Amino acid sequence: MRKKKWANVKEAAIRVFFFACGILAILVLIGIFITLVSTAVPAFREIKVSEFLLKTNWDPTSPEKEEYGLLSMIVSTLMVTAGALLLAIPIGIGVAAYLSDVAHWRTREILKPVIEILAVIPSVVVGFLGIVLFGPVIAKIFHTGHGLNAVNGSFLLAIMALPTIISISEDSLSAVPAAYGEASLALGASRWQTLVRVRLPASLSGIIAASMLGMGRAIGETMTVLMVTGNARSFPHGFLDSVRTMTSNIAIELGEVPYYTTHYYALFAIGLVLFVMTFVVNLIADVVLRKYQEREQ
Amino acid sequence: MKRIIATALVIMGLLLGIGGLAAAQRGKMIQVKGSDTMVNLVQILAEEYMGKTPGAAIAVLGGGSGTGITGLINQTCDIANSSRDWKPKEIDQAWEKGVKPRFFVTAVDGLSIVVNEKNPIEQLTIAQVGALYRGEVKSWKAVGGPEKAVSLYGRQSNSGTYGFMQEFVLGNKNYSTDMKEMNGNAQIIEGILQDEGAVGYVGVGYLFDQAGQVRKGLKIIKISKEPNGTGYLPTDKAAVDSGDYPISRPLYMATNSKPQAGVAQFLAWISGPEGQAIVEREGFFAIGADQKAQNEKNLKFSR
Repeated sequence: MRKKKWANVKEAAIRVFFFACGILAILVLIGIFITLVSTAVPAFREIKVSEFLLKTNWDPTSPEKEEYGLLSMIVSTLMVTAGALLLAIPIGIGVAAYLSDVAHWRTREILKPVIEILAVIPSVVVGFLGIVLFGPVIAKIFHTGHGLNAVNGSFLLAIMALPTIISISEDSLSAVPAAYGEASLALGASRWQTLVRVRLPASLSGIIAASMLGMGRAIGETMTVLMVTGNARSFPHGFLDSVRTMTSNIAIELGEVPYYTTHYYALFAIGLVLFVMTFVVNLIADVVLRKYQEREQ
Repeated sequence: MKRIIATALVIMGLLLGIGGLAAAQRGKMIQVKGSDTMVNLVQILAEEYMGKTPGAAIAVLGGGSGTGITGLINQTCDIANSSRDWKPKEIDQAWEKGVKPRFFVTAVDGLSIVVNEKNPIEQLTIAQVGALYRGEVKSWKAVGGPEKAVSLYGRQSNSGTYGFMQEFVLGNKNYSTDMKEMNGNAQIIEGILQDEGAVGYVGVGYLFDQAGQVRKGLKIIKISKEPNGTGYLPTDKAAVDSGDYPISRPLYMATNSKPQAGVAQFLAWISGPEGQAIVEREGFFAIGADQKAQNEKNLKFSR
């Protein structure tokens, strides 16, 4: 009798524990959001929002005139991210299609974990490769003199986004009911036609979600980009220019900024802009993924 | 189940113990933070000093002059290294927080302007260097070189070197936004070695390899004050001392008010003959007699 009572108490305690764990994540998220907003808002006592988002010159420590224009950095961030996705999505889908439709199951069992290991390489190490390996190669191919530019950043971010894209795309390709492919083959379609016309469209929402998650990874990455893009503050005119992303700028300037000044608040405002951007991207990914799961059922 | 809980408790206990030990250690340890130009020098000074003084524990971190100054103001370090003067704004902030910064000159640095060895330019005026970095000159042709785009390398805004250049060479004007902002002296040098159109600024301590020779692939530019004037190299001690080499600067260590015994001993040792010998060995210049006298006064003066 007593034993049963004890079991009940234990049961309840365990339930509370797991509930607390679940709530904790939400509390942390809300906490971060509140801190970010409350520290970012004072920046706009001295900076106009329109100026912050639409001017291109950022120079908070200028001896002439302090300027807080974020546009160059927003464009740089989007450019580096877009470049990364341009490289990573086709390759990622290709690899995913190979893994799910072409490769022998034994090859797949070896290859998939190896690709996932790619995701755990520390970003500093990737950046290091960018400096000593890709930088000189890029300088040679494009005759730019140096390899510290957006191309280098895009290239490395593509490598970092690939595992996410491959892994989730492969999952969604594998989840397409076998009957679809079999029906297509039975109608006389070749394996290529089956893949491109039937199986890929059927898993499209999963692939889109995978790309969005890869994009979220790329937008937020700091160290790699900081190391290889040259961090010039000018407005980028092409992929061979040195660029400075929002994440790099926060990392560079937060260490020296005097606390509770406009500059300090402005850095948090950049953080807020980044947060909103990644949040929107993840939200879209989530909505698309949900739509896809609903259709499955 | 019981075993898991026991293990967890033991691990937590261990972690707490380690944390406590680390905290206790930090209490005794002298924390030095700041200028990247000085971090190697001060690290070596600290190591030699710790080797000679039993019981002394000194931790040296880089991060840039601004980082060190902020650290001293927020009282997260005992000594702030800076390769530039403190700004009036920073001194005000320190006083507001009850920190009274006191300065000790550690060494003298000649900031050198460096290009790739394939660049034929030998000498520039200080005004020309300023024009390059303000972005007014886009091609090497305008300063007597070949038709090649200028590729600017500099430090990030938390660097004392960045501030010093801006004040002394750029005439307190904005840097060109095309300047690539690198993480440290070593990265600037790596960039210049690869890039034939490059120009960069670094402390003299970073120009030499381990054998004491100027790094292969680099060229140090002679700097003159006037057009067609005599140019001097930053490696020329006499020229730096006399001020003929125009871009030199003192490197500071700052403490809060009168330094405590352990810190004061370390600072006195640096100003002394042993410390200054290491300063020279590391490629910087020793401090002058009046700077040394001022240091000694600052060590004793109490308030």
